[in-house]
Amino acid sequence: MPDYRNINVVVNGVKHELDVETRTSLGDFLRQEIKLTGTHLGCEHGVCGACTVLLDGEAVRSCLMLAVQANGHEITTVEGLAEEDGSLHPLQEAFWKHHGLQCGFCTPGMLTSLAAYLGDNPEPNERDLREAISGNICRCTGYQSIVDAALDAAKKMRGE
Amino acid sequence: MKPAAFIYHDPKTSKEVIELLSKYEDAKILAGGQSLMPMLNMRFVVPDHVIDINGVKELDSVFDNGSSLEIGAMTRQSNLSKSQDVKTKTPIFLEALGNVGHFQTRNRGTIGGSLCHLDPAAEIPCLMAAYDAVMIAEGPNGLREIPFSEWPLTYMIPSLEPDELLIKVRVPYWNSHHGYSFVEFARRHGDFAIIAVAVLIEMDGKTISRASISVGGADIRPIRLFEAEEVLKGENLDVRVFKSAAEIARKVDAMSDAYVTSSYRQRLAATLVERALVQAAERVSRGEN
Ligand SMILES: Cc1cc2nc3c(=O)[nH]c(=O)nc-3n(C[C@@H](O)[C@H](O)[C@H](O)COP(=O)(O)OP(=O)(O)OC[C@H]3O[C@@H](n4cnc5c(N)ncnc54)[C@H](O)[C@@H]3O)c2cc1C
Ligand code: FES
Ligand code: FES
Repeated sequence: MPDYRNINVVVNGVKHELDVETRTSLGDFLRQEIKLTGTHLGCEHGVCGACTVLLDGEAVRSCLMLAVQANGHEITTVEGLAEEDGSLHPLQEAFWKHHGLQCGFCTPGMLTSLAAYLGDNPEPNERDLREAISGNICRCTGYQSIVDAALDAAKKMRGE
Repeated sequence: MKPAAFIYHDPKTSKEVIELLSKYEDAKILAGGQSLMPMLNMRFVVPDHVIDINGVKELDSVFDNGSSLEIGAMTRQSNLSKSQDVKTKTPIFLEALGNVGHFQTRNRGTIGGSLCHLDPAAEIPCLMAAYDAVMIAEGPNGLREIPFSEWPLTYMIPSLEPDELLIKVRVPYWNSHHGYSFVEFARRHGDFAIIAVAVLIEMDGKTISRASISVGGADIRPIRLFEAEEVLKGENLDVRVFKSAAEIARKVDAMSDAYVTSSYRQRLAATLVERALVQAAERVSRGEN
């Protein structure tokens, strides 16, 4: 017997009320029910970080949470980082400028993780940033361009 | 849909959790989900009932009772690092928590979850062994206190009855000038340690009056090096003494697996014990705490 619950979540500022099967992960819920496919599911057991979203502003792995656990909370996905008028988040600008992505699979997790991290740590050095993204695996870039982009974005966000 | 079908429960009090645990044969508690969710997703565990304790607010607390820190089972690893009491009274926690996975997993992962999951290389159980912490469980017959030395029954199995819930853990303080160090070696930052070492020392003037050394990752549970602790007692902060303590660590019971041999683990234990003692000694001498 499938077990369903009615949940209320705000995703990127938009309220959603719907029934979910309780075993659905938050990641699957965002992609399949809300149709926001920016969140990428790589490993689905917590290791790659591609599925990272913000839960009430804090970075969490959406493959390791049930959708029902997001009831009453606010979620921000990579689609929610840019402004409503389409202007990019400083991190997105910097990833563009510094080639912080190649295939783009890890990018949603990198951006959401770094957005939360820079919010709490506005003046990171390179070492701090490498530690911050240690839970996000990228098979393409070798990380250097991601770190460069994050350093640049941090500067912009500090108004320098 | 990754996990097999289950019935989801979200109790609000520990009493309700215990009732559910007593009622259902095949139930699993869901805390931070950073270890259980991967196992559900891979269907390594297929419970009929999942009892989510994220809504049990009474389990999420950090309380200084004057002589110990009482940490509620649902305290998130990231929140514990922000606690002022931890910063001033048990600073070794900050050093250890920084190695528990990544900041994203620490935002969900809990203290109780790590202690119940009981991975042999996990940092939090290694700390609790160093502190002789007391685990407090609750079941239908009320509260039960379990010293950490009796907590791991065997590989990844805590001393908990099927209808019991870990409520909190009590960590007795060391004096305000104690020295401490937590060091580990892992292949990549955020991975489980191959070997982790926690060291605490207290001084009486220039000599060591009390020491605790705990080694994680070597055996199926954290090991206290009582013999090495005795070697330190009554001695000055002297590298030669640290080296003899490290030689005892080299004989620690150690497992082999596909990647790491037992002799490699033993050599690491010796190196890290010496390193941790040197750092703890530096801190105590500088009065840094
Ligand atoms: C990428 C990654 C890296 C990680 N690296 C590390 C690391 O380096 N070191 C480390 O120590 N851990 C690491 N972990 C695991 C750590 O993040 C988990 O938080 C921890 O092991 C379990 O805590 P949890 O709160 O997530 O518990 P859960 O996953 O929810 O539960 C774990 C187990 O404990 C039981 N349980 C939980 N709470 C209670 C309770 N109060 N009473 C009774 N039973 C309970 C559950 O039923 C389950 O069996 C890592 C995880 C990931 C995904
Ligand atoms: S898909 Fe969630 S961490 Fe890989
Ligand atoms: S850009 Fe391809 S995985 Fe990172």
